[in-house]
Amino acid sequence: MLSQKTKETLLGPLNVNNPVVVQVLGICSALAVTVQLKPALVMGIAVTIIVALSNVIISLLRNTIPMRIRIIVQLVVVAALVTLVSEVLKAFAYDVAMQLSVYIGLIITNCILMGRLEAFAMTNKPWDSLLDGLGNGFGYAIILIIVAFFRELLGSGSLLGYQVIPDSWYAAGYENCGMMMMPAMALILVGCIIWAHRSLNKEEK
Amino acid sequence: MEHAISLFVRSIFADNMIFAFFLGMCSYLAVSKTVKTSAGLGVAVTFVLLITLPVNYLLQVYVLNPLGLGYLSFILFIAVIAAIVQLVEMIVEKYSPSLYASLGIFLPLIAVNCAIMGGSLFMQQRILLDPENVKAIAGIGDAFAYALGSGIGWFMAIVCLAGIREKMEYNDVPKPLQGLGITFITVGLMAMAFMCFSGLNI
Repeated sequence: MLSQKTKETLLGPLNVNNPVVVQVLGICSALAVTVQLKPALVMGIAVTIIVALSNVIISLLRNTIPMRIRIIVQLVVVAALVTLVSEVLKAFAYDVAMQLSVYIGLIITNCILMGRLEAFAMTNKPWDSLLDGLGNGFGYAIILIIVAFFRELLGSGSLLGYQVIPDSWYAAGYENCGMMMMPAMALILVGCIIWAHRSLNKEEK
Repeated sequence: MEHAISLFVRSIFADNMIFAFFLGMCSYLAVSKTVKTSAGLGVAVTFVLLITLPVNYLLQVYVLNPLGLGYLSFILFIAVIAAIVQLVEMIVEKYSPSLYASLGIFLPLIAVNCAIMGGSLFMQQRILLDPENVKAIAGIGDAFAYALGSGIGWFMAIVCLAGIREKMEYNDVPKPLQGLGITFITVGLMAMAFMCFSGLNI
């Protein structure tokens, strides 16, 4: 259904060309919202939508934007989309919006957006840009979900707010690892993910 | 005055942009290879913060709040930041071409440095706090103190990391962990060390 190239555009960012662990983009929010799984999921979805839409819009405008002021044009498009998403979240998921606090606004300065707009949308057709945006959004969301999964499971013994570690374990002396809730552990976890990812993809280097 | 000083010290140590909120990570990780370049970027970030944060504070308090246009804050803040970064870029290019060359793409990218935007967004939240709260920003003086403290905190963090990375060149790190991986773990350990400031009561 999809040609080889479009397939690569969509699926490459999930693994080989992952925005977080390979391109090193969008680290700030990836680390800060991953204490629990739910905000991480919401953040992943929000970023995916915004990257995909802004990629399409910039790609449609790419021939009319003057080179010198392109960054400001890109920022305004992104800021408008982020404002929309933030208002929607405040209306329909207020508690999650409060948990994410400034990090929703910080999607504007998320490097994934600027990186993809500069590197892809400015030179490619809208349809390819949409796929590239979706692929990078999912690649970002996957890392967020992996980090949040371990932090919530080990840090508070629950997933998506439901307790998964049985009470009998606690009775037997199991304790939640408070360290996992600390900001420092997010960095170390991402470091370990990069380690694993590079060991697995070694032959391609 | 006392409040502003306490805000200043807290924003350097306890509320450090990098170690407590992970703001500005992208350029933090990418530019911290040598102490000299990272110090240059640190100064640039501090300078931009010091201008944009008070300007955004004034806009928020005297323009957006009275007119009820709070939802426009993202667009307005980013426009102010982008304009000021453009200005700084022009100044650095004119007076220090070597610094301009070594910062490369990361100079225009200060506009999308999360620390700058994050500073303004935190300021927006802190205006709403009770003035007695140690984190509250109740006037233009507080906004300056917060901006300067956050900038110095960021500067210190990037110079420290660059120093460690220079030393680490000679270490025998496992191959897949080299470069980015070990840097993340180093920052994690530094963040852990900085956590001891979080109990600081000033």
